[in-house]
Parts: sequence; structure tokens; C-alpha cells
Amino acid sequence: MQFKVLLAMDQKEKDYLQDLTEIRSMMEKSSRFISLSGLAGVFAGFFALAGSISAYYILKNFYIAIWYENDIIQLSKDLVLHLFLVAMAVLFLSLFFGYYFTTKKAKKLGHKTWNKTSQLMLINLAIPLFAGGIFCVSLFLHGNLGLIAPTTLIFYGLALVNGSKFTLNDIKYLGYCEMILGLIATFFIGWGLWFWAFGFGILHIVYGISMYYKYEHKQ
Amino acid sequence: MKDFISQLNKSFESRIRLGIMSVLMVNESIDFLSLKEMLDASDGNIASHVAALEKAEYLTIEKKFVGKKTSTTYTITPLGREAFNQHLNALEQLLKR
Repeated sequence: MQFKVLLAMDQKEKDYLQDLTEIRSMMEKSSRFISLSGLAGVFAGFFALAGSISAYYILKNFYIAIWYENDIIQLSKDLVLHLFLVAMAVLFLSLFFGYYFTTKKAKKLGHKTWNKTSQLMLINLAIPLFAGGIFCVSLFLHGNLGLIAPTTLIFYGLALVNGSKFTLNDIKYLGYCEMILGLIATFFIGWGLWFWAFGFGILHIVYGISMYYKYEHKQ
Repeated sequence: MKDFISQLNKSFESRIRLGIMSVLMVNESIDFLSLKEMLDASDGNIASHVAALEKAEYLTIEKKFVGKKTSTTYTITPLGREAFNQHLNALEQLLKR
């Protein structure tokens, strides 16, 4: 008799535990977009490295295309166009593969890619990025070219910290690293491309691989 | 121990209701379609549980027109927040015993 009561209590306890697990998962699922794939980071890192390498060679071949006028650095339109095209290619490829791996992971988890949480994450990522983008255009127009690479790192870091509230919390630490790296880079003008390659290339790859092993590898 | 069980709120006994309240606790407000997607339940099922929670004054329902379609959003009330927190505390105490 006593045994039966104990058994019933055990069952009840299991139910309560299941209730709590369910509540926790619902709160998490409804407020964070957790389908972001680590592989997206790895691919973005590789494209950023490839982009940095091509930018390095473009700059090397175009050294006569940079001159000073009234103490302001001038760039030939060709050089600007080449660098712009490389940057756009990196951005497009990163976004494309980021989207691909994220929808794949979402499907596996049975979540939707386009929902309230992914929208919140994107909006919160976009706000600092938008401000940073405009700031970079202003730097460019004022001829402060050396500060552009550090600025992109700083604002990207801020964007990740801001967006981390709506996705995997780990992304916050990548944000801190990018931000610190950008701030350091402001003291080493002329090394922008190297800092940029390290921040957008190496850090993304390291972060992506660690996220992949933490969240996706086992499943 | 009996004390804690009496503190468990009968309004939250179903899984769907627990789910609805959990989602509302961490979101300012949520629309019907998002809620349905997250809970993975039928329209009627969600509607009846939402109605019960509204009757207990744990949430408010707001209907708006977005173009030609109606959009229904739910918001938790302070009373609902307090009741759910109490329920959570009771669950925790029961497991800690």
C-alpha cells in the first residue's frame, strides 16, 4: 500500500519536472532565435579572409592610385570601385550561405526561419550596423580612410552585443571581441586590413566552429 | 508538502495554458499565429484555453484590423504575472522537497 502511494508521488514529481522543463523551453523558444547556425559563421569567415586577400592585392597593384591633395588622401575611382565590389561579394556570399545553413538548422529543429524572434534579432542587429554604415560613409567623405576598418569592427561588435538578446547568448562574446579588436585597431592606423581580416575572418571561423560543436554536432 | 500542492494554480493545469503563459511572460504581447506556431496546437484548442485565461483575468485580448484581416494579440495582466510566478514558485518548492 505504502509502496503504491510512493509510486504515485514519483509520477507526480515527474509531471512537475516536465512542467518546469516545458515552461523554460517555451520562454526560450518564444524570445530567442536559436536556429542560427555555426556553419554560417565559418563560411562568413572564409569569405572575409578571401576578400581581405583580394583587397590586399588590389591595393598593392593600385599603389599609384593613392595620392595626397590638401593633406587629404585621394583614391582613384577605379580602386574604390574594385574594393567596393569585393566588399559586396563578401557580404552577399556570407548572407547567402548564412541564410542557407540557418534555414537548414531551423528545419532540423522544426522551427520556422521567418518568425517574430528572427525579426527581432535582425532589427536589433541592423540598428548599430546602420549607424556604423552611415558613419563610415562620413569618414570616407572626410578622407579618414584609416578609421573605416576599425569603425566597421566596433559597430559590428555593438550590433552582435545588441542582437545577442534575441538569439544564442554566445554571440555576445564574439561581439565583445570584435569591439575590443576595433578599438585597438584605431591606434594602429594603416593596419586596418589585417585587423579586419582577423576580426571578420579568423574570429568568425573560431566562433562558428565552437558553436557548431556546442549546439549542432551532437544532434 | 500539502501546502505547496494547494498553492498550485488550477488554471494552469493544462500544458497548453502553461505554454501560453510562459510565452506571455517573456513577450510584451503576441499574436495568435505566432502563438499557434510555438505551441503547435489547433486553433480551437488555443482559443478555448485563451478564453479560460481571459476569464480568470490573467490576459487581455485585443483585436485589430490589419488591412482586411483581423489580427488578435494577447497581453499578460499584472494579476496573471503574479499568479504564474506563484505557480512557478510552488512547482519549484515541490521539487526541492
